[in-house]
Amino acid sequence: MNVEQLLAQFQATGQESSFHNRHINPQIMAGLDGSNWGLKAYEARGGYQALRKILGKDGGEGLTQDQVIATVKESGLRGRGGAGFPTGLKWSFMPRQFPGQKYLVCNSDEGEPGTCKDRDIMQFNPHSVIEGMAIAAYAMGINVGYNYIHGEIFQTYERFEAALEEARAAGFLGDNILGSSFSFQLHASHGFGAYICGEETALLESLEGKKGQPRFKPPFPASFGLYGKPTTINNTETFAAVPWIIRNGGAEYLACGKPNNGGTKIFSVSGDVERPGNYEVPMGTPFAALLELAGGVRAGRQLKAVIPGGSSAPVLPAAIMMDTTMDYDSIAKSGSMLGSGAVIVMDDSRCMVKSLQRLSYFYSHESCGQCTPCREGTGWLWRMVDRIENGHGRASDMDLLDSVAGNIMGRTICALGDAAAMPVKGMLKHFRHEFEYHVEHKTCMVGAYV
Amino acid sequence: MISESMKTRFDHEVAKFPSNQKQSAVMACLAIVQQELGWVSSESEKVVAEHLNMAPMAVHEVTTFYNMYNQKPVGKFKLNVCTNLPCQLRGGAKALAHLEEKLGIKAGETTADGLITLQPSECQGACADAPVLLVNDRTMCSFMSNDKLDQLIDGLKKAGSTQ
Repeated sequence: MNVEQLLAQFQATGQESSFHNRHINPQIMAGLDGSNWGLKAYEARGGYQALRKILGKDGGEGLTQDQVIATVKESGLRGRGGAGFPTGLKWSFMPRQFPGQKYLVCNSDEGEPGTCKDRDIMQFNPHSVIEGMAIAAYAMGINVGYNYIHGEIFQTYERFEAALEEARAAGFLGDNILGSSFSFQLHASHGFGAYICGEETALLESLEGKKGQPRFKPPFPASFGLYGKPTTINNTETFAAVPWIIRNGGAEYLACGKPNNGGTKIFSVSGDVERPGNYEVPMGTPFAALLELAGGVRAGRQLKAVIPGGSSAPVLPAAIMMDTTMDYDSIAKSGSMLGSGAVIVMDDSRCMVKSLQRLSYFYSHESCGQCTPCREGTGWLWRMVDRIENGHGRASDMDLLDSVAGNIMGRTICALGDAAAMPVKGMLKHFRHEFEYHVEHKTCMVGAYV
Repeated sequence: MISESMKTRFDHEVAKFPSNQKQSAVMACLAIVQQELGWVSSESEKVVAEHLNMAPMAVHEVTTFYNMYNQKPVGKFKLNVCTNLPCQLRGGAKALAHLEEKLGIKAGETTADGLITLQPSECQGACADAPVLLVNDRTMCSFMSNDKLDQLIDGLKKAGSTQ
């Protein structure tokens, strides 16, 4: 057996993470089985009909740029990468009449701990992203795009490159797409291990071949983006949602979710559940229902806490989560955020100090070093949580943690500072007693951490 | 040595970007260097810099900023085990500890025969498949129970001795 054959035995097939038939009214995940990622199968599922429709190549009259943007606005689609910004509105910021080069960028640098949806979308339904990007490019008058893919998922990058080749050969990308006057060149690019590059301006710097250090905003990418040109950046899942919206209409998409929270969302459920994986469900689905899809809490234990939107989102205790529905507005009302849709579930055996210790180390490790409050502050946060975990904490540490976190927030160029501070704030708000117990007894309140 | 076939691969990456933006290909070129030569030396950085019309220091900034570039030689197989929180909740840290014990080295070290380098890593974006590890930057292994880890290491050792 050679090395390739050896490693092939350990490849994820997507059966566990995405092909479990436990989605609710899926759109992006609908009909996927792991083998049908290619162009022909995508077309058989209705793929590239939306692109034909807007270009008037389906026998109809086509859609104008304004009509495409209006449809996306009507759909209530909000950015799936974390910020939840209305996609149609973002598209309308692009100065379409700008005479020079403009760029479209897909942010597939999926590194927010807990998130693994974009990987499966690109691995198993890559043409949905390509078609979504082509539609966006048409709507904004852009003819060059890049998909920046997380460096750790190199096989997915290669899959996406293969899908690009198929799309070019079939005339869905390139010059004069489907015989129209619309041209769009799309390329794949990859990172190589830097969480910060998920921040959109750090991503642009990285795409320009530099260190991924975020830029001051304003100017925003819509006016000064890649190579200083107007640029629109959306998340992978956002683009993948677009073909369905164009095929079925904005109102139909909005109706799938709830007002101001249109459509379906893929939640990556990880941690202490029986069936970790990606679950595509309508926006507004109760958390309790999502937990049930994921098989419930592992080994029949009790739910203790949930980080509902990726590691940067404040943790919420079980009682609050069980009353929350999975949409931007409801989770915000509960005191956290939907973020990237990464739901990290923790059962009653989990120590919150140890959990925060690992997260704080992560932010300290991944701070790009540009802004002092983040570069120094994330290290302070980690060292304090680390000493509490290791039995060297001081009674004043909780207030100090809170103060340091507060002094990072809002004082940095990008959101990584806030992302490091929010988990600390959330833990202290809901589980301060565990930190106090650790300091006082120099040991863990919960005990075994399995 | 950067071979001509590597430079052909560089040019494939350069062609994705505007002709006055060759620097954009630097990430991919360095990844190619690492795949072929195992690590990124300052000599390699100079060749890449020349190929892309960049200052060698600008290339070095990239090598040192991103976690996955090897700034010194590593073992024939580099294993990066994710230990971030979602993985930790499903045995990620335990997987790393198991490998440390099996290989008789600490995380960050290379086995004496130069076969395996073991490292912890941050989120690889495969949280539902934990424990996960990455082999030589390009191949992810999922659901790595202790049995599978043993199978992997035994297989790599076998492959290492026959090649």
